[in-house]
Amino acid sequence: MNLGKGHIEIAGVAKSYDGFTYAVHGVNLKIPDGAYCCILGPSGCGKTTILRMVAGHEDPTVGEILIGGENVVGLPPVERRTAMMFQSYALFPHLTVRDNIAFALRVRGLSKTERYAKTDAMIEKVRMTEFSDRLPAQLSGGQQQRVALARAAITEPRVLLLDEPLSALDEHLRIRMRAELRRMQRELGITFVHVTHTQLEAIALADMVVVMENGKIKQSGPAREIYAAPKDRYVAEFLGGQNVLSGKVGKINGTRAMIASPEIAGIQIPMHAGARLEAGQAIDIAVRRDDVELFREDTALSDQDMASVPATILGIEYQGNFVKVMLDAAGEAEFVAYVPERRFFENPFKVGDSVLAAWLIDRAHLLA
Amino acid sequence: MAQSAAFKRNLAGWAYVAPLVVVLIPFFVLPLIAVVAASFFETDGFGGLFPAFNLDNYTEILTSGLTFNLYYETIKFTVLTWFFSLLIGFFVAYFLVFHVRNQLLALGLFLLCTVPFWTSNIIRMISWIPLLGKEGLVNEALLKLGLIDQPLEFLLFSSFAVVVAYVHQLTIFMIVPIFNAMGRIDKRVVEAALDAGASRFDIMRLIIVPLSKSGIALGSIFVISIVMGDFFVVKVMSGGGSASVVGAFYENISVLQYPTAAASAVLLTIILVITVGLIIRFVDIRKEITR
Repeated sequence: MNLGKGHIEIAGVAKSYDGFTYAVHGVNLKIPDGAYCCILGPSGCGKTTILRMVAGHEDPTVGEILIGGENVVGLPPVERRTAMMFQSYALFPHLTVRDNIAFALRVRGLSKTERYAKTDAMIEKVRMTEFSDRLPAQLSGGQQQRVALARAAITEPRVLLLDEPLSALDEHLRIRMRAELRRMQRELGITFVHVTHTQLEAIALADMVVVMENGKIKQSGPAREIYAAPKDRYVAEFLGGQNVLSGKVGKINGTRAMIASPEIAGIQIPMHAGARLEAGQAIDIAVRRDDVELFREDTALSDQDMASVPATILGIEYQGNFVKVMLDAAGEAEFVAYVPERRFFENPFKVGDSVLAAWLIDRAHLLA
Repeated sequence: MAQSAAFKRNLAGWAYVAPLVVVLIPFFVLPLIAVVAASFFETDGFGGLFPAFNLDNYTEILTSGLTFNLYYETIKFTVLTWFFSLLIGFFVAYFLVFHVRNQLLALGLFLLCTVPFWTSNIIRMISWIPLLGKEGLVNEALLKLGLIDQPLEFLLFSSFAVVVAYVHQLTIFMIVPIFNAMGRIDKRVVEAALDAGASRFDIMRLIIVPLSKSGIALGSIFVISIVMGDFFVVKVMSGGGSASVVGAFYENISVLQYPTAAASAVLLTIILVITVGLIIRFVDIRKEITR
C-alpha cells in the first residue's frame, strides 16, 4: 500500500453518541491521495462528525478509518499526521500570529530559533509577514483564516481537514479565500477534506464532492458528475440548478417513454441503454435550469425532440449574465428557467405571462 | 446651548454613579479619612484623642521588632493559604469546566462547593476541633491504624490548623473567578492544541493557565486581602500561639491606643494596595474580563 500518503478510506463507519440514534451510519468512502474533497450537506447531516472521526477527535462506534493504508482508529491526531482547521478557526487568543503558527512545533520540542525559522517561511507563504506580531483579535476574518491554515499546515500533515472554513467570512471574501484554499492545496500537494453546506463552494473547489443526508452518503464523485447527473431528487435539489419533475411512466416506445401523470402528461423522457422502466412506475426526472427555454404560449413547437409544459411566470430576477425566471409549472414547488440575458431581452416576458417551458428530451436526466 | 447639552450628558453620567457614590463616601471614604487622620493624633492613654500632626505612632511601629515578627507571621499565613487555595481552586475549577461534560452536573457540583458557606464561620472553625484535636477523628484513626503511637500535637492550635482553616474558608474565592475565566475558554481552542500534538501538560501550561490568568489574579486578590485583613482565624485556630498584624491592632484598640492602631491600619492598607497593584500590573484584569 502507499503508506505515508494521504489516501483515506472510510469503511462501514457508524457513529452514535447515545447508543440509539446514529449521527453517521454505514459510511463507505475512498478519497484519493492529493484530492480536494468536499463533504456537502445541510447542518446536522453528520458531515462534521465524519471529519472529526478522520481527524481523531471522535472515535467511530463501528467501522474502520484508514489513512495511507493503515487503520488509524484510536490514534491521536499527531500519529495520524492529520491537521484540522476548526470552524471559526479556534486561534489561541493569547498568542501572536507567529506563536499561534509555531505552537505545534513548540510542543514538539523545537528550539525557538528552529521553530521561528520554519514559522516565518510559512507566514510568508500565507502572506501574513507584516502581521506576525499581532494577536488574533487584531486580525480581519480573512487574515484569521490564513493564520488558521498556516497553523494547520506547519506540521506537514498528509491530510488537512477543514470544518466549514469559509462560513465565518462575508460573501466577497469567501470567494477570494476559497481560491486561496485551492492554491494552498496545490502548493502543499496533500489531501484536503473540506466540510461545507454551500453547494457553490463545494463544486467550485472540489475534485470530489460527497453529498450527505441524515448520516448517510447520498452520492459521491467529481463535481461535474454530481451537478450534471445527480442520482436522486435529494441530490438534485440540494445542488440546485435542476428542476425536478415527478410522474408515472406511461407508454414506452423504443428509446423514449411517455409520462402519464396528469400534471405533466405527454412529456417524453429519454431511455438510456440499461435504464429499465415499466409502465406505471413512479419516477423523477431532472432538467437543468439552463436547459429550459421559454416560448410564448401560442407557439407551436414543431421540434419532435422537445418536451414542454405550460407555465405561468411567478417572478423574474435579473442576475447579470442570465435572467432567473420562476415558473408555476408541472405541479412542482419550484420550477426555474435560467435564460441567457441577451436572449431574454430580445423579447422579454412579464410576471403573469403564460408561457411554454420546453427542453430537449435527451437533456432530461432520470433520477432514482 | 452647547454647554447645557454637555451638562445634561454629564448629569446622566453622574446619575449612573450616584448610588455607588452614596454608599462609598459615607461608608468607605470618610472612615478611611478618619483613620488616616487618627493615625497622626495624640492620645492621653484613656481613649481621648487630641488633633495633632505627629509621626510618633509611625516611628514607633516601624522601629519595633514586633512589627516585623507580626508581618512575618501574617505573610507566612497569606502565602501558604494563597498557594494551597490556588492549587485546590485551580484543579477544582479545571475539573468542573473540562471534565464534567454535563453542564447541569457541573453547575450542581459548583453549588456543592458553596455548601460550607451555609453555616457561619465560627461554627466551621469550631468543627475543626473534634476533627483535628488531640482526641479528634484524625488522631484516633491514625492511632487505630497503628501509623502513629502518640497523638499528633501539631494538628490543632498550631500554624497548620490556621492554614487548614483559611484554605477551607477561602478556596471558594479562588474557585469562583477561575471557574468563570476557564468557562470562557473556547473548547475548540483546547481541541486545536490537542490537534497540534500538545500533551495534557502542554495544554495546561500553554493554553489553560494563560487563559485563566484573570481568574487567578482575581482569586489571589480576594484571598490575599482577606487573610491579611483577618485576625480571628489566627487567634482561634492557633490557640493564641500565633499573632497577626490585625490581631495586634485589635489589642491596641482594646487598650484604647487608637492612634497606634490607626497607624498600623494605614500601614497594612498601604502594603495591601501595593500587593494588589503588583497583581494588576502583571494581569490586566479589566482587559481580560471584557475579552
